Amino acid sequence: MSVRQFAAAAALAATFGFAVSPAHAVTEIQWWHAMTGGNNDIVNKLAEDFNASQSDYKVVATFKGSYPDTMNAGIAAFRAGTSPHILQVFEVGTATMMSAKGAIKPVYQLMKDAGEPFDPKAYLPAITGYYSTSKGDMLSFPFNSSSMVMWINKDELKKAGIAEIPKTWPEVFDAAKKLKAAGHETCGFSNAWATWAHIEQFSAWHNVPIGTKANGLDGFDTVLEFNTPLAVKHLQNLIDLQKDKTYDYSGRGNQSESRFGTGECAIFLTSSGYYASAKSTAKFDFTSAPMPYYPDVQGAPQNSIIGGASLWVMGGKTADEYKGVAKFFTFLSDTNRQAKLHQESGYLPITKAAYEKTKADGFYEKNPTLQTPLKELTNKEPTENSRGLRFGNMVQMRDVWAEEIEAALAGKKSAKEALDAAVARGNAMLRTFEKTAK
Amino acid sequence: MEKSVVFNGKLLPYLLLAPQLAITLIFFYWPASQAIRQSFLQEDAFGLNSEFVGLENYQALFAQPEYYTAIGTTVVFSSLVTVLSLGVALLFATQADKNLKGGSIYKTLMVWPYAVAPAVAGVLWFFIFHPTLGTLARPLRLMGFDWNPMLNGTHAMILVVMAAVWKQVAYNFLFFLAGLQAIPRSVIEAGAIDGAGPLRRFWTIIFPLLSPTTFFLLVVNIVYVFFETFGIIDAVTSGGPAGSTTTMVYKVFADGRLGGDLGGSAAQSVVLMVIVIALTAIQFRYVERKVQY
Repeated sequence: MSVRQFAAAAALAATFGFAVSPAHAVTEIQWWHAMTGGNNDIVNKLAEDFNASQSDYKVVATFKGSYPDTMNAGIAAFRAGTSPHILQVFEVGTATMMSAKGAIKPVYQLMKDAGEPFDPKAYLPAITGYYSTSKGDMLSFPFNSSSMVMWINKDELKKAGIAEIPKTWPEVFDAAKKLKAAGHETCGFSNAWATWAHIEQFSAWHNVPIGTKANGLDGFDTVLEFNTPLAVKHLQNLIDLQKDKTYDYSGRGNQSESRFGTGECAIFLTSSGYYASAKSTAKFDFTSAPMPYYPDVQGAPQNSIIGGASLWVMGGKTADEYKGVAKFFTFLSDTNRQAKLHQESGYLPITKAAYEKTKADGFYEKNPTLQTPLKELTNKEPTENSRGLRFGNMVQMRDVWAEEIEAALAGKKSAKEALDAAVARGNAMLRTFEKTAK
Repeated sequence: MEKSVVFNGKLLPYLLLAPQLAITLIFFYWPASQAIRQSFLQEDAFGLNSEFVGLENYQALFAQPEYYTAIGTTVVFSSLVTVLSLGVALLFATQADKNLKGGSIYKTLMVWPYAVAPAVAGVLWFFIFHPTLGTLARPLRLMGFDWNPMLNGTHAMILVVMAAVWKQVAYNFLFFLAGLQAIPRSVIEAGAIDGAGPLRRFWTIIFPLLSPTTFFLLVVNIVYVFFETFGIIDAVTSGGPAGSTTTMVYKVFADGRLGGDLGGSAAQSVVLMVIVIALTAIQFRYVERKVQY
């Protein structure tokens, strides 16, 4: 169409009072995410499939770097008035996002306004609990969720004469000593995500609180209290075992996960999302098992909490754009799509139907490792201590907690001193957050 | 007849200065004023609520024992990095200044690391010396040396210092080499004829003549360690273990960008700015006197 023709058409359209065919006015939906590698492909495929399924909306998926990078990019964009419609935020950013009233559009509200069918009960409660208010209103849309499991090198355990996969912490310590004696001199057992393993999941799994107000889910005036005798005992055990590397610290993040894949550590706690990597690198028979617990703690094991990320809808967009976002979420919730997503990515299914379908298909018999995190999450009905956690400044607080654990493991502080300091420093950060989050 | 050019215009000098002034205003004074303003506010990450809190951010900062630890760490880190990166670069430059075969290849290779982004440099060192993944760390451990920057603060410090020095040596090398090549050969030859050995020639002739370059590099390097090394620290150690590589600038980055505590972070950057301004002033007041132009 030449300029003149276009002008004529526009004039004609204006004269007769109708727009230039609204069906062709495609609304773009920006989606910023932090998925790399195979998961990046999955995200792009999802956007493509959605775009092909209808012609009113176009989802544009953009990779924005690591989880913290993506979150910061979203926040900076919001301040500049150019935020995307959908922002993928990892679970520790939840409190920051939900406190930003006006910056976000709650998902339950979005679905209601757009008139999309939406039943929060269709989603796995262990996952949605994390992203919902205490009244049960879902604030963000669960996307990729995982939990922490214990990865086991079956070949090495057999070689070391360990007949059964350890279930409790004392059994793990025992197994680690045997593994060390059998040649694993630099690592009896280890873990990635230090604070997730030894503070956050540890507390939920033993049904003890990390902080008051249901770990912050019921309000930002929460106070940390994880410096319990149980936690002190556990950290002391790790300190003792670190001395001769029966336990060997592997850092704050997951950079050292490969210690399992290379066979250096035969017992390794990390995210269930490690499945794909383990599958491609490990040249031995491996499996995942539930996290260990202390058998003398009443009610343990309780249930685990989730990791991973969810999708937040940013505020200040038009009703039409929100309609598109809502339609996209409906599209994501489709049972077949969810089941496939779960089986391909290793992340958890977010709906009950997708889980049931995967189970009915006999998928878990062939891939029992993928069922471990689900069994952990649904082990018992979640309590106040195991519904999830929601602390402000959590990204930074994790570093502070890790600093104290490192000080203890390096022999600079006692277990009690380190945990007391972690709690005190964390509380100071919570108070700062509380002042700004209104 | 004498020809003299007189510029009568009142506007022209300002016009000629304008681009430089504009850059300084936009990229230094404006952000600095924003940092000062922000340091008196307490604000959430999204900028939805902000409240004037006076000096509260500063009070909270100086009540943190970790902040004093960070100051101590900064002193150790910045002295080590400055001295080592200047020393090593000077050594390399004096060697490269000799008539070597293939000297230009050597010089080009020396400059390369400067083109590498700090975070990339950090990741590089992380992968070389990571206790279990590291290509050099594994042999170290196999030889029985318990190399563990994940729990040993001294090892972690060695690692970040090496990474930061490696990154900066190239830049210093360039300037030192240029400085060395600007020294007239005849002066050095005269010294040699008078019977001065290489070391004596270096300390009495070459080094004093290099002093403007050295002074310039000293200022630049101090600014580098104070402001630009957080990317390296973040990639190599994330300030750990137990805060032993958390320098002041890394703390600004961690509290502000990772923690979303903009007020506290701004207060820290104001403190840092004051320290660096003071350091620079001291250098120009006292060290520059020893410089021979």
